[in-house]
Amino acid sequence: MAKYKTKGLDCWNRAKELRANYYKDYKEAHDRGALRWEGGAWSFDAVPQALEGEVRGLTEEPYGASVGADPEMQVRYQEAAEGKWGCARDLCAYLRNYWGSIVLNEFAFGGEWPKADFIFQNHICCSHAKWLQVADEIEGGDIPFFCFDAGAGAYDKIGERQINYVVEQLHDGIDFLEKVTKRKIVDEKLIQNVKNTYDSACYWAKTCELNQAVPAPLDEKTMFSLYVLGTLEKSNKDIAHFYKNLLYPEVKERVANKIAAVADEQCRVLGDSQPPWGFLRIFRYLEKYGIVSVASLYTFSLIGWWKIDKAGKLVPYPTLEEQGITIKDRDHALKLLAEGELKGKLMWAPFYGAKYKNDIVTRIAKQWKCDASIIHLNRGCEGTAQHQMEMKIAVQKLGLPVMTFEGNMADEREFDEGRTKRFIDLFVTETLGLKKVAA
Amino acid sequence: MEASEILKQFSDVWELRHEYAKDWKRRTGGKVVGYFCTYEPEEVLYAANVLPVRILGGHEAPTLATPHMFDMWCPFSRDCLNQGLQGKYDYLDGIMATNCCLHPRQAFGAWTIHVPTPWNYWFTMPNAVRSPRAKKFLRGELEDFKKAIEAWTGAKITDKELDEGIDIMNTNRRLMKQVYELRKADNPPLTGTEAMTMVWASQLMDKREHNDLLKQLVTGLPQRKLERDTGVRLMIVGSENDDRPFMEMVESVGGTFVIEDHCTGSRYFWDEVVPDKDRLQAIANRYCDRVPCPNKDWGMEDISRKRFAHILQLAKDYRVQGAILIQQKFCDPHELDIPSLRRFLEDNGIPCYFLEFEVTVPVGQFRIRVEAFLEQIQAEELFV
Repeated sequence: MAKYKTKGLDCWNRAKELRANYYKDYKEAHDRGALRWEGGAWSFDAVPQALEGEVRGLTEEPYGASVGADPEMQVRYQEAAEGKWGCARDLCAYLRNYWGSIVLNEFAFGGEWPKADFIFQNHICCSHAKWLQVADEIEGGDIPFFCFDAGAGAYDKIGERQINYVVEQLHDGIDFLEKVTKRKIVDEKLIQNVKNTYDSACYWAKTCELNQAVPAPLDEKTMFSLYVLGTLEKSNKDIAHFYKNLLYPEVKERVANKIAAVADEQCRVLGDSQPPWGFLRIFRYLEKYGIVSVASLYTFSLIGWWKIDKAGKLVPYPTLEEQGITIKDRDHALKLLAEGELKGKLMWAPFYGAKYKNDIVTRIAKQWKCDASIIHLNRGCEGTAQHQMEMKIAVQKLGLPVMTFEGNMADEREFDEGRTKRFIDLFVTETLGLKKVAA
Repeated sequence: MEASEILKQFSDVWELRHEYAKDWKRRTGGKVVGYFCTYEPEEVLYAANVLPVRILGGHEAPTLATPHMFDMWCPFSRDCLNQGLQGKYDYLDGIMATNCCLHPRQAFGAWTIHVPTPWNYWFTMPNAVRSPRAKKFLRGELEDFKKAIEAWTGAKITDKELDEGIDIMNTNRRLMKQVYELRKADNPPLTGTEAMTMVWASQLMDKREHNDLLKQLVTGLPQRKLERDTGVRLMIVGSENDDRPFMEMVESVGGTFVIEDHCTGSRYFWDEVVPDKDRLQAIANRYCDRVPCPNKDWGMEDISRKRFAHILQLAKDYRVQGAILIQQKFCDPHELDIPSLRRFLEDNGIPCYFLEFEVTVPVGQFRIRVEAFLEQIQAEELFV
């Protein structure tokens, strides 16, 4: 008999619907006279989405991940990027999926590649600006391009000067958007988008915080499908509503009623980086041993905003309501947006040193009551794979057993499923001393 | 001193870099700071009488680094960390890194944890160097950096000292550019290997001493005649490169590197600080305006690459017949640019050949490939 009750999420289908609509809306945008833009999951979508009329964005990383979930398509796209464009096969796997898609003039969600009207990008890892610089080049070099710098320093070094650096660039971005689209930025929309961004980022963090409960109400495999909405358009009112009014209350209720993600939870695992998207079944394989992956810096903070409180605990970043803030005008909106991203997105901290990552992940391991760690050494994304070996050492020092496996989030040619399962069997049975609890 | 003797001295510093730095400390009582990337502002370090030493390749299998950086990180960065873990840089008083590409950041991250170094500093260099906002932001970062050094050394850095720091760096840049000017000759008085060794030495030794040698070199070098055929005039472009065996090999099979674009070559020193009453702003302007690393080579509002036009101009000025494009394995910034750069150069009539570098390069295999490339260039010329 199972230890805990379990059931699927009631809001699951709504999450799927929001994602499907996002790609459909992007593809069909021009049919409705709407604008299309390309950017990244970290692009501060609140700004371009504040343009007059209908505007639809396509964020590069989630698109690359979607391709990655289909190994046949992914290999075809990557071989196009490598063979026809000539790029190295060790570049970011999402990026190669994206470029290959353009090279083949294929949209993973059907039809031809839907060319954007403009690019609104930001840069923090090596690839971001360059990704769309080259994408634009492959597409003929005629897509208006804007890229701002978000690499202003780690969260504990953010002051007025760092925030102003980003805000000034965002003002430049607004000038660019108005110039190239001949549309105005609507301040009321911008203000609402920033409020929505706060709701998405803070309520996702609050939802993750609930996973400290035993049994965990969510497993990482499910969380991957939930955080993705925030990587698509966290300023969108439907997405913010989903996080604040659907997901968070439902997960809270699961905790109150001890509804588990994995009915036989007996071991809680800390993860890191993106998984190999085409092989998420390895998480189901872990469940056979009662292992549930409950936490990772990546899953928590790719979109979620956090802070370290006075007691040294990792806690969700406060919403605007909790801070008692009413946005006054455009500049205030941009400042709050930059402040939230720069101070709250702790996932950016490892860009400034291994000590940051070690500090945050060890806090997570303790607060989320992790028993072990399984780290995907992700050859497909250097940004999220930063300091993974240092993290391994830090977590081991906490006394947690750690297993690492090499793979690639979106290049199946670099992932050996059979070998990984054999590693898991060995780690789980020999190191953790667990037996299978399910067939 | 004869030009050849001076070049030999540069080579000695490159080979005995640790002995040089230790001796410098003994002689001067000053502090030494290791750095990874050429976006770290040496002017401020010189103003504080701190010797900046770039962590360059050791070209040995980076076995000690493997538990800290798995092998998808660039071999150069793993090599740098490996030497730190071996204790080769045990004389460093400080280590610093900046917003360069992600690879050296891994080395720096592990270094700060595992290699005992009394002081470390993260310098936030803007990525969007062509943004109109970058220079002001960088000035602020320089102000913080200056304060951090003052707190560390216990001595205030005056404007006069900043002027000296700028002058040391600018003099070095100007003199090396004068040496590079001589490489435009039909028969350059120094090989590409020698020219790059001069630059490597500049990143390793006290630039005041380097400048003294350079002043003699620019006088003596025009009279120097090399007993070798220049052969095919080559350019080398790409990632960090301090691989002397490779450079020597190419120059032994019928080619001469007459110019290059590396952060261990011309890109390091090409641009000077334009003096200004606001010294820190002047330094900030230089680092934003310099020939960029591909990592920072994108416009805020356009996709053009500043570096490409610069490389093409170098190719024209130095009458380049072919370009060897190299990258350290896994070097994203260059991987992102190389397909476009190759097309760009070939469209402008410059044949290209691509090679991927590791900590040690397979010189024998590369020799055959380079010879084929040189033959191809020479064969094409037969039919012009």
